[in-house]
Amino acid sequence: MATGAYGISFGAISLAGGLDFWQTMALSLLMFTGGSQFGLIGVVAGGGAPLAGAATAIMLGARNALYSLSVAELLRVRGWRRLLTAQLVIDESTAMSLGRDSERAARLGFYSTGIGVFVLWNLGTAIGLLGASWLAEPRVLGLDAAAPAAFLALLAPRLRGREAWAVALAAAMVALIAVPFVPVGFPVLIAALVGVVAGLLPVRPSTSAPEPTESAAEKPL
Amino acid sequence: MTPLWIGILVGAAGCYVLKLAGLSVPKSVLERPRLLRIAGLLPVVLLSALVAVQTFSIGSELMIDARAAGLAVAGIAVWRRWPFLVVVALAAITTALVRMWVPGS
Repeated sequence: MATGAYGISFGAISLAGGLDFWQTMALSLLMFTGGSQFGLIGVVAGGGAPLAGAATAIMLGARNALYSLSVAELLRVRGWRRLLTAQLVIDESTAMSLGRDSERAARLGFYSTGIGVFVLWNLGTAIGLLGASWLAEPRVLGLDAAAPAAFLALLAPRLRGREAWAVALAAAMVALIAVPFVPVGFPVLIAALVGVVAGLLPVRPSTSAPEPTESAAEKPL
Repeated sequence: MTPLWIGILVGAAGCYVLKLAGLSVPKSVLERPRLLRIAGLLPVVLLSALVAVQTFSIGSELMIDARAAGLAVAGIAVWRRWPFLVVVALAAITTALVRMWVPGS
């Protein structure tokens, strides 16, 4: 149910952001990873270059590579099955396959969740699109604030520990400072460098790039 | 093909390749802690930057308008762990109401 509701908001926000029905459906069917889809429409809706949106989406999808790494042993798929299975690797299916008693249970959890979410997500997207299509003026309805709210909801569960907070605040500052100086869509990509720099820094002492905060006190990694 | 369609297809292809890569590369990649750390931090920095840019700018201009009020309410809703759709709807409704009271915001 949560997936369907999430899909509905994606469909509505995407339409408000200027994508049409089939462009939005293509994202849900082909990209099929919520954070990345929101990332792409977020950049494009602000007037950013579509390829900058694609780059944002791909970086947000990098975590799926870690997920598929961790489920690869359990699933052991080859050939065309691997090609189809790959599309189902998302937060939910990974979570439902790890920590199971048997490989059978892990596979069952992965595929039933992956396929279920795929269906609900695309159904939700279509409903959101059709529902929002009769809304005349997205700005009057405050839909331009819906996208950042969605990002905030996606971000919140990842803000565990002071380091995550420090890195997140640094990234927000860097992005805002960049806004007047670079083309639309690029501030977010520049902020991605904050993550790269923070990731390369030694874990123990200070972590966030521009601000020398005492951030590495707790470290849930 | 329009640039938007190209962006959609390039983005989708990139995301798919990442999913496929994890199923195909040797497990030893997991032993590279810096790579894992960066992959873990990327969603945090990108989402945070998106929140900031989408709330406080239009095009290449920084500004504070009704969206900030919407985001503040969304922040409370997220903190209270309300459902996703509620968070998004409250942000939109708040922003719309502020615009009704304060024209031009």
